Amino acid sequence: MLTLTRVDETALAGTMTEIHLKAKGGTDAGRPRVSREKRETVGTVTVENPRMVCRNVNVYYGDKQAIKNVSIDIGCNEVLAMIGPSGCGKSTFIRCLNRMNDTIEGCRVTGDILLDGVNIHDKDVDVVPLRAQVGMVFQKPNPFPKSIYENVAYGPRIHGMARDKSELDAMVETSLKKAGLWEEVKDRMDQPGTGLSGGQQQRLCIARTIAVNPEIILMDEPCSALDPIATSVIEDLIFELRSQYSICIVTHSMQQAARVSQRTAYFHLGDLIEVGPTERIFTNPRHELTQDYITGRFG
Amino acid sequence: MPPAYLLIALLGLSTAAYYFGRRKAFALSGRAEGAAKLHSRPTYHGALTALWCGIPALLIFGFWLVFENQVITHLVVKELPEAIRSLAPDRMNLVINDIRNIESGSFASQAAEPAIQAAADHYHRLRSISNHALAAVSIALLTAIAVLVRGRITAGLRARNQVEAILTVLLVACSTIAIFTTIGIILSVLYEAIRFFKVIPITQFLFGLDWSPQMAIRADQVGSSGAFGAVPVFLGTILISAIAMVVAVPIGLMSAIYLSEYAGKRLRAVAKPLIEVLAGIPTVVYGFFAALTVAPVIRDWGSRLGLDVASESALAAGLVMGIMIIPFVSSLSDDFINAVPQSLRDGAYSLGATRSETIRQVIVPAAIPGIIGGVLLAVSRAIGETMIVVMAAGLSANLTVNPLKAVTTVTVQIVTLLVGDQEFDSPKTLAAFALGLILFIVTLCLNVIALYVVRKYREQYE
Repeated sequence: MLTLTRVDETALAGTMTEIHLKAKGGTDAGRPRVSREKRETVGTVTVENPRMVCRNVNVYYGDKQAIKNVSIDIGCNEVLAMIGPSGCGKSTFIRCLNRMNDTIEGCRVTGDILLDGVNIHDKDVDVVPLRAQVGMVFQKPNPFPKSIYENVAYGPRIHGMARDKSELDAMVETSLKKAGLWEEVKDRMDQPGTGLSGGQQQRLCIARTIAVNPEIILMDEPCSALDPIATSVIEDLIFELRSQYSICIVTHSMQQAARVSQRTAYFHLGDLIEVGPTERIFTNPRHELTQDYITGRFG
Repeated sequence: MPPAYLLIALLGLSTAAYYFGRRKAFALSGRAEGAAKLHSRPTYHGALTALWCGIPALLIFGFWLVFENQVITHLVVKELPEAIRSLAPDRMNLVINDIRNIESGSFASQAAEPAIQAAADHYHRLRSISNHALAAVSIALLTAIAVLVRGRITAGLRARNQVEAILTVLLVACSTIAIFTTIGIILSVLYEAIRFFKVIPITQFLFGLDWSPQMAIRADQVGSSGAFGAVPVFLGTILISAIAMVVAVPIGLMSAIYLSEYAGKRLRAVAKPLIEVLAGIPTVVYGFFAALTVAPVIRDWGSRLGLDVASESALAAGLVMGIMIIPFVSSLSDDFINAVPQSLRDGAYSLGATRSETIRQVIVPAAIPGIIGGVLLAVSRAIGETMIVVMAAGLSANLTVNPLKAVTTVTVQIVTLLVGDQEFDSPKTLAAFALGLILFIVTLCLNVIALYVVRKYREQYE
């Protein structure tokens, strides 16, 4: 992995020299940005202690290439936000991380995605434990048409995580508490999960994901179907969950990315354009495309 | 002019009225720009003119044809000699039939009485007068309206709204036809069934355990007096339908699951229509398949196992019927499994569920109301199925649930009760209507429940 990191930085060298060439005599704040035509990733894609390492990932839908040579690390206990205009490949990329793209016909993934040093696309990797390790929350709340209890208990059940009923009850309770939903639903655990409000449903889905004890939680625009109050509840939740999980969140809202994440990655038409600490990305983007996007010129 | 030609002429004139109205509207819009801007497009003016002219004319045409015969007959009867007029009503009907037949020339009465012949001539005269009058009246009406309407086509005329309103009425009329047909069928069956229940008490019919509908037709005939306990007949229907469902539900459901969740697009595109072909095979073909192929095979296997299998066993009919209704189950289940949102699949997969876990624990439970609806529709189809059981099931009403014995079904009994020359007031014939009524009520209830379940499910995901 170390060598991989090195390779990546040399790949970045070209971009860096260009920045310096353009930056002659300027201060850091005023230095010229990387031109719109450049597609190499700007910024540091590596982190000190990565949980998941992606190198040169390409995704194709049939003949169409949706993700072009993306390399990025996901650190421990960090929230990584992925932003970018519609159709830029953020969702496609995040779905590679737990192989959800396997379910899409004609989708092909190349490159290395390493979890604990193992490429998750290796032939002998089983997707079942992988998806338990890398959980996912979707854009639209999708509780199963079962009771609230059954929704949360579903994951532990299929993975055989609980030995008896009381252990399962405890797991359900802990997960619901972590998702901040316990107080609201503890008296109606046997009612259908679909009867909750949108924000509650989404927290139920988060509880369902937490119940199988993942290391990484992928969130694909988790608040886009919610009202502002439910959104802020979920954002607070994401902030708290960071202490135990690595979280990778795709969002259309730049304010949300700024509020919840430590690092931000900007995607543009399948390319990873810029990665950096969230504050720096939003105050001082180094790539013109990033600047265009965060200043609202398009997207 | 025969009425058929007149009808064509009326339709032609209505078409002409359409162009007439449209031209008028074009003329209006062309004359003064801006000021006389049309409310509706000229085609709507044309359509409105055509409807205004055509509908009254066609209504007159329809009513005329409906009442023409009665009026003419009445007039002819009034002219008949006293001797014929004083005949009993049923004899009178025969005479009137004779007159009509002679008039239409289809029946050359070789020795027609002069009075009848004269009446036929009179009838003929009246009819030709009536036809001419109809032509004159309807065409005159159409033209008159066209002339009147000409003045009403103005720029401000809300032709579009009126055309839409007329179309709405037309659509409502069409949908009521279906409803009234259903009501009509219910009433006619109900009427005959009530006549039956006047002879045989309804409790005896519903709870009697003995079914042998043979009745002595003449008083001096030797024969059974008939027993109308419908329980064995309904039990037979239930037995055969149950066998059919045991075949159709697992096979249909599993093929639906395979096609919607496992099969690739290309295989699905080929296999789904192929399965649906099963529903397109005429039931009579299934009938002889059951009677000539399946039943002997079952009997042979049974005898090899030392079982006594009737050659018209319920099993044979039920198996073949089950195969016939596989597509009902599979096609509807497939639709509902496909209607389960992808997000639920994603949710299950993202928790690490395998494909079969996802299907068993998430998708099928989510689709189950729809699947039940499909199964109920298939049951009502199985209960009402006639041809297979007529050919492959027995006639004797055995009170048994042994699938190897011959049983009979409601539909088979209805067919045997009504086929051939029958007296329409004997309980034997009327029993068919009583059976039909109960059958109708059962399938109607099943259908209503099924449609309710299906609709409820649809609401959930839309």
